[in-house]
Amino acid sequence: MTFEYSPAPESTAIVDISAQYGLFINGKFVAAKGSKTFNTINPATEKVLSKIAYAQASDVDKAVVAARSAYTKVWSKMAPQERGKYLFRIARIMQERAREFAVLETMDNGKPIRETRDIDVPLAAAHFFYHAGWADKLKYAGAGDNPRPHGVVGQIIPWNFPLLMLAWKVAPALATGNTVVLKPAETTPLTALLFAEVCQQAGLPAGVVNIVTGDGATGSALVNHPDIDKIAFTGSTGVGKGIARAIAGTGKSATLELGGKGANIVFDDSPIDQTVEGIVSGIFFNQGHVCCAGSRLLVQENVHDELIEKLKRRISQIRVGDPLDKNTDLGAINSAAQLARIKEISSSGDAEGAHRWSPECTLPEKGFWYPPTIFTGVTQANRIAQEEIFGPVLSVLTFRTPQEAIDKANNTPYGLSAGVWTEKGSRILWAAKQLKAGVIWANTFNKFDPASPFGGYKESGWGREGGRHGLAAYLKGGEK
Amino acid sequence: MRIDIRKTYKLYIGGAFPRSESGRTYEVTDAKSNFIANPAQASRKDLRDAVTAARGALGGWSGATAFNRSQILYRIAEMMEARSEEFVEEIALLEGISRVAAKKQVDQAIDAWVWYSGWCDKISTVAGSTNPISGPFYNFTVPESVGVVGIFPAQKSSLLGLVQAIAPVVAGGNTAVVVASQKFPLCAITLSEALATSDLPGGVVNILTGITSELAPWMGAHMDVDAIDATGLSKELDKEVRISGADNLKRIHKFSSSDTPQRMLAFMEYKTVWHPIGI
Repeated sequence: MTFEYSPAPESTAIVDISAQYGLFINGKFVAAKGSKTFNTINPATEKVLSKIAYAQASDVDKAVVAARSAYTKVWSKMAPQERGKYLFRIARIMQERAREFAVLETMDNGKPIRETRDIDVPLAAAHFFYHAGWADKLKYAGAGDNPRPHGVVGQIIPWNFPLLMLAWKVAPALATGNTVVLKPAETTPLTALLFAEVCQQAGLPAGVVNIVTGDGATGSALVNHPDIDKIAFTGSTGVGKGIARAIAGTGKSATLELGGKGANIVFDDSPIDQTVEGIVSGIFFNQGHVCCAGSRLLVQENVHDELIEKLKRRISQIRVGDPLDKNTDLGAINSAAQLARIKEISSSGDAEGAHRWSPECTLPEKGFWYPPTIFTGVTQANRIAQEEIFGPVLSVLTFRTPQEAIDKANNTPYGLSAGVWTEKGSRILWAAKQLKAGVIWANTFNKFDPASPFGGYKESGWGREGGRHGLAAYLKGGEK
Repeated sequence: MRIDIRKTYKLYIGGAFPRSESGRTYEVTDAKSNFIANPAQASRKDLRDAVTAARGALGGWSGATAFNRSQILYRIAEMMEARSEEFVEEIALLEGISRVAAKKQVDQAIDAWVWYSGWCDKISTVAGSTNPISGPFYNFTVPESVGVVGIFPAQKSSLLGLVQAIAPVVAGGNTAVVVASQKFPLCAITLSEALATSDLPGGVVNILTGITSELAPWMGAHMDVDAIDATGLSKELDKEVRISGADNLKRIHKFSSSDTPQRMLAFMEYKTVWHPIGI
């Protein structure tokens, strides 16, 4: 049976994108020192959305000075309860303007409106609401009797969840009394700049949040600025290691949320239809641009054929196309560069002998697209089993015994997430204990909550974000 | 008059007491520069053997019940208490302090084992959580061991700094490769004799003596070391180890305070496990 859907596009009338954006420093939008700008485009149409100011080192310095001044004169002196009220205000304004944020995020990022509307934006607002309540309860945060903020925090976020990652970074930093200089990703700056407007509407004191737009060099200027006390970074493991080297010997602390190659383990007693849904959301959620994606499917050998058949049938139902269409499941790849990377690693799967399968689907002519893809017959040594693809590409491996599943799952330098599918409770707890990963989803996948810590083992990073444990990382005494 | 039997100070790797494979020793003197002993000067190969032993012991030790670990740590305190006199002598001799002051250090070190013994089966309760998810899910967060930890204890302390570094690491279920204080290494080897008789599985704690500046870069660059306690490293070595340690994102920490649960948690990872709720 095929389902035909009429187009149901979300209107873009709600967003008002300026032709040009400056930097947000000390409570105001200001011009960058240089005249350099860069374009942000809609990856589904390749149309230019806006021209963005490029922050060089001197602009970053200006932002850090503003953040330091706000920290010393205002934010660190404010009664914690009052500080919390600003975060509550921000959460409320984000909820009020939720549709605007969702549409803007979809346009700038390429992810389906269904996801920005139902996941990214509500979770981002919830993150502020959750952390607002912590502001006056820090002595219960597990950071000792005298929890103190670090001071000025430099934050660098990726393009896969632009607003949500901003919330993960900014909300706990502000709740604990730090001030921030945030650098959004080069390809997705718009929701961060809209967030700057939210800060203005909330009456947040000038300089508490500063936003500098730019590229890797801008981020590097932020990391290396001598007056930054802590770095919080989400992005690739390669850049994360560079940050670790750059701050060695400086006394700066860091939280790093890096890459992953999550194993999704399916035992032969798992409820197969539910499992298929979980596998699909595990790898195709957000076009697979998810550090904790279940990108390695480990299937018990005796159910492999049945599962793959059902999985293919389900994947054939995935609707790829206009991200603004409310029926769309899989949107655009975020950038030409990311699309090239997905193609390059995937083609190594063909070259190394794995079997590629994609459903028949027509991809739009303009924009960056990649069909949902699975590789079967993958071995552990294949690049597609080792390297993070960060796209809608699933590698399928098999196992015979539970111990083999664990050994294969742990056979990676990463350790961010893992999934376990089985009806047997004792096996879930056994597997969860053996798996070297910071987040284990049993009979579910890709679930997030502000109250729940998130972060990885091994080369997936340092520290946690979310919950009490993530909060403590923004406090001296709780630092690790 | 009877000539006393001196001790040969050797390394402690995988539960055994080998000499350095390099055949090297270095001279340790007392506070007045008199010769005291020729402990082993560990090599890169010794360090790698120690890491292999620590990795091998990790599964058993991290998988042991917290109560079991707790009892073994308490047993270490018992074994140290019995050797108290030997520790006092070594500390007084090398550090050039009074026996009373040395005794105080020994007592504190033994009590630190008792303190961390009690933490083994409480840290999850205190630092873990169940998290109120807004949706039909249950999830919980527990701390678990990070893996193999390289330890550079405080240089100026023969025994107390050593124990304050090792105890939290092994209490949390990790295994350790320790590079003893270069100047005051004797207590570390005597401690290993207590460890070897305390039901602590071989390889859980491995102790090397030698030149810190020689061993530290190899520890920093070793891809099978997960974390480092850099308390006893100079500023320069600390920086060097952090740079090479970035290759596998080692968790590297320096401590100024002692005996806090943070010292355990610094070498633990939080794991969060989710499950749906439904009929």
